[in-house]
Amino acid sequence: MLTNVPDKRSIENNLTRVDKVFQNLVTLGAFFSMVVLAAIGGFLLYRGFEIFKDFGFSFITSSKWDIGDPEDTSTAILGIGAMLVGSIITAIIAVVISVPFAVATALLIEFYVPGWIKTILVSILDLVAALPSVVFGIWGYAVLLPLVEDWSVTIEHYLGWIPIFNVPSEIFGRSPLLAGLLLGLMIVPIITSVAREVYSQAPRDLIDAASALGGTRWGALRAVVLPFGRSGLVGGTMLGLGRALGETVAVYLTLNLVFEINFKILASAGGNVASLIATKFGEATAYELKALMAAGLVLFLVTLLVNFGATMIVNKSRKIV
Amino acid sequence: MDSQINETTRPHITAKVEIPEQRSKLHTEDLQVDAASKSGLEARSVHAWFDKHHALADISLHFPKNTVTGLIGPSGCGKSTFLRLLNRMHEFIPRAAMAGEVLFAGNDIYDPGVNPIDIRRRIGMVFQKPNPFPAMNIGENVVAGLKLSRVKTSNKDALIEDCLTRAGLWKEVKDRLGSAGGSLSGGQQQRLCIARALALNPEVLLLDEPCSALDPGSTLRVEETIVQLSATMTIVIVTHNMQQAARVSDYCAFFLSDGGPGQLVEADLTTNIFSNPSDSRTADYVQGRFG
Repeated sequence: MLTNVPDKRSIENNLTRVDKVFQNLVTLGAFFSMVVLAAIGGFLLYRGFEIFKDFGFSFITSSKWDIGDPEDTSTAILGIGAMLVGSIITAIIAVVISVPFAVATALLIEFYVPGWIKTILVSILDLVAALPSVVFGIWGYAVLLPLVEDWSVTIEHYLGWIPIFNVPSEIFGRSPLLAGLLLGLMIVPIITSVAREVYSQAPRDLIDAASALGGTRWGALRAVVLPFGRSGLVGGTMLGLGRALGETVAVYLTLNLVFEINFKILASAGGNVASLIATKFGEATAYELKALMAAGLVLFLVTLLVNFGATMIVNKSRKIV
Repeated sequence: MDSQINETTRPHITAKVEIPEQRSKLHTEDLQVDAASKSGLEARSVHAWFDKHHALADISLHFPKNTVTGLIGPSGCGKSTFLRLLNRMHEFIPRAAMAGEVLFAGNDIYDPGVNPIDIRRRIGMVFQKPNPFPAMNIGENVVAGLKLSRVKTSNKDALIEDCLTRAGLWKEVKDRLGSAGGSLSGGQQQRLCIARALALNPEVLLLDEPCSALDPGSTLRVEETIVQLSATMTIVIVTHNMQQAARVSDYCAFFLSDGGPGQLVEADLTTNIFSNPSDSRTADYVQGRFG
């Protein structure tokens, strides 16, 4: 045993004046966004609290939206179950459609095209990302809607025996598939941009190693770049998912809201929380407005949860690599 | 062996370099013969550019079959560039260009009809920094090349053992083939990379400063591996370590850049390069007077 072990010394790190000022400045900046986040959550909770008190958990699970007698709030039955499920379905469709395109685009830009084409492609993607969603919405309504209607008829004809492709009403049109497809196109630039960023960080020496072993370019990408970029891709996808969950105007124009939980993605009937709020907000009664605030809070929490999940997944997969 | 340095003809040489025993009967003339009549690898009037920068000028060099050739010279003289030209890795660098011919078994590897993937499979490469694939375990790393080039093998386990044995790593890793390649020491990782290159059974092995990141003990084991491998394959090794060049190579080629593109100053038997080089710049370099 060692005897005479000294006490640990405390190490003082005296910041200079400039460092202190800067540290306070960045702390303030960081707190600001957290304060805003908390303020929004707090406001929604405050305004929507009565709804949660009146309906409890059934506000999330039930699908009926009936304000009843405007003078008597006790006659109202309000639930966003169908809207919530619809939001998730359209967001999932969007992600399923956009991820393959985003990965392909990112690989093309990073590994296949010469520099000047890369510059052009990147600026086109940035442009698509900056396009207002109302523009997407009217384009989706005018151009995509008839196309998707045609496809839906064909899909239903051949694959109608699969429950999600079954359309008993034979009314297609403004379906979750259309809204999801449109959302998918909208989030391709987001996912591509994140994927491109991580793929460009893939270690050059490992790509060289794979190439020197007689790998094709695709082989090298699959052996090195895709595994390396997996966590980043998940992060980017979650970012896109967050946008798809929250998108309002584009969905408002391309999805027929029906207050009934519906998994039939080709039918002209779906749900979407953000779109619900936009639809009802204008002529809502005071009580209904509170319900919309509560719906907003639910959407807010779901988005937070998705982002939190994304962070967890990214951190976890980072540890493996 | 210090006596091999002729101090009377080169009085300015002060440092002493140990010259190894010649491992086989080698002749200077081998370096000049036509690759079409001899097997092996031959560069003919090779130039390299990176965009507008002329990196390498007019290199002609023959690597006889089953010999070790050391490429020596100061940093920036184009040795690595030249090495990457020999298995068509050069073209992966954006805006890289080349001129001249590289003959492999008599055929120009830059011929439009040649599949570069096939060339890289037959001319293996080991890099300066050990680079096992992090997502694969030791065994998977060894056979990664087979998977990448979609070569089928009947007995994977036997191949893994054979390659690791030839790379001098089998005894150290045979009980933990399932652990990650990154869990090995730097020297072991580099021998794993050699094993990975051997799995494709290449005819030529290009080594780009394979020991620069390794400790002396690991360096020694890699060098032993190189000498053993040279019995069955042609090896080209870039090295900054003069002792290493003297220890492992049969031939040496000295590259130098005088500010312009890198050029070949001379190529000869390693013993001649170290004891009796024909160019005074070579003598200066191998004696550690510059670079």
